[in-house]
Amino acid sequence: MQQTYSRAPQAGVLATPDAAPMPQTLAAPQAPPQLAIEADDFSFWYGGTRALNDITLQIPQKRVTAFIGPSGCGKSTFLRSINRMNDLIPGTRHDGDIRLNGESVYRQGLDVVQLRKRVGMVFQKSNPFPKSIYENVAYGLRVNGLARGRRQLDEMVEHSLRQAALWDEVSDRLDRSALGLSGGQQQRLCIARALAVQPEVLLMDEPASALDPIATQKIEELIYELKDQYTIVIVTHNMQQAARVSDFTAFFYLGALVEMGKTDTIFTNPREERTEAYITGRFG
Amino acid sequence: MSGPAIGPMAAPQEHAPLAALSFRDRRRRITSRVMLALTGVAAVLTVLPLLLIFFHLMRTGLGSLSLEFFTNTPAPVGEAGGGVGNGVLGTFILVLLAGAMGLPIAVGAGIYLAEAESGPLPNAIRFVTDVMNGIPSIVIGIFVWAWVVVAMGFSAFAGGVALAIMLLPMVTRTTEEMVRLVPRELKEGALALGFTRWRTTLGVVLPAARSGILTGILVALARIAGETAPLLFTAFGNPFWSASLGEPIAALPVQIFQYAISPYEEQHRQAWAASLLLIFLVLAVSVIARFLIRSPYRSR
Repeated sequence: MQQTYSRAPQAGVLATPDAAPMPQTLAAPQAPPQLAIEADDFSFWYGGTRALNDITLQIPQKRVTAFIGPSGCGKSTFLRSINRMNDLIPGTRHDGDIRLNGESVYRQGLDVVQLRKRVGMVFQKSNPFPKSIYENVAYGLRVNGLARGRRQLDEMVEHSLRQAALWDEVSDRLDRSALGLSGGQQQRLCIARALAVQPEVLLMDEPASALDPIATQKIEELIYELKDQYTIVIVTHNMQQAARVSDFTAFFYLGALVEMGKTDTIFTNPREERTEAYITGRFG
Repeated sequence: MSGPAIGPMAAPQEHAPLAALSFRDRRRRITSRVMLALTGVAAVLTVLPLLLIFFHLMRTGLGSLSLEFFTNTPAPVGEAGGGVGNGVLGTFILVLLAGAMGLPIAVGAGIYLAEAESGPLPNAIRFVTDVMNGIPSIVIGIFVWAWVVVAMGFSAFAGGVALAIMLLPMVTRTTEEMVRLVPRELKEGALALGFTRWRTTLGVVLPAARSGILTGILVALARIAGETAPLLFTAFGNPFWSASLGEPIAALPVQIFQYAISPYEEQHRQAWAASLLLIFLVLAVSVIARFLIRSPYRSR
């Protein structure tokens, strides 16, 4: 049985139905988490291959949730199902449902463009546009009609770059090509670009896997900074990273969700033996 | 050399010095070098015709090149002098016309094929464009004669149509290839920001593929600029200045053809000179294309 988090704000205590409420000794007196994303029996196929098996989970708002698991376990597929990036791959189909703030992202007539504006994404390989640093951030703002006039655009670009902790490094060369930045800077630029269009959720697909330790640390610090304002879902191969940055962790294995819970619980006292085996490095 | 045992164990396996080559080693090395040299010879043979053509044209044509040759229309048969100025203008107009008619369609089709990836319709279109690429150009000429010329007479327009038909498959396929070369991540990055597919294609994918597409276009334009057969029954040729789309129009390759089959020595000389001119024009376009190909990723 998965832990369930109530969507009602007053009843959002972390609790399993058949267990006593978890003691919240460490938690500051803050509003309990509301749900941002819920999946119900979500399955996914690439052609005849089933990649996800009846995934049911809840992702709380304004927290960091990490997906871990060995290669091919379906964690990236699930992540890309949330903003329907998998729509681009021919021959795929799904069953079950994923809801964003209670609204199905797969319902008939939903505009995926609107969905993706609300659910931003950062990719494993940094993918800045072959344009200037400024344009990389401004382009999405312009296309989505978010800025009125040049001054506001400038301000929003600066704000996004500051949010991504990149402003100080690039403020004197905004007109230079984004492709001249280092890998870590490019990745933070992609984060700034995603934040600029004001999403509610930020999906990160192994955002630091191609980066050196220092650049990785910057991305992790950034995630920590951003979680007050955004619901962040991060796929990672690096378990230390999951332990460092996330509040909740979901362990995927062979297309199924094995276990999800608070990160410290998953890492110190997992319920499933497979989770423990993976976390302690016995397989995967 | 087995030598005296150094330790209690048997002597280690003999290590031949690196310089000593067995017969087999030697043979392998020689085979490798000979084969590599042969591919080098093949490469030189590939470019040799161009060098020979160029050399020959310089020898036979350069003498007849003059300012008059660029600015005058052909002299009456039997008279010396005259030029192919109207042919240069005509070829320019024909290529422009073909580009105006064919390029938007070809680039659009290429984008469609790259975006649609697979499916019955895109696969069928891909197959048909490949077939079109192989249609002899004279057949395209006859087709345009039957459909356009019979209805409205020989004209620059008909010539442009014929050249546009030649252009379509070439540019469609190069555009498709170039758009496909754009990394998938780049496209996904734009879509993930809430861009529509069209905005993604127009704003992100096409700029990234721009230099490749332009190169393909220039190569194709250079190709059709030298075509003779599709023009014989369409643009027809014209010994006078004409820029009218409804009239027959001169074209450099057609003039070369007509001069070359004429019995007059003077016209043969002019055919060589016109060939030299044509090859210069085509080379110039190819060199421009070459420069465009250099920076596929450029910031604004």
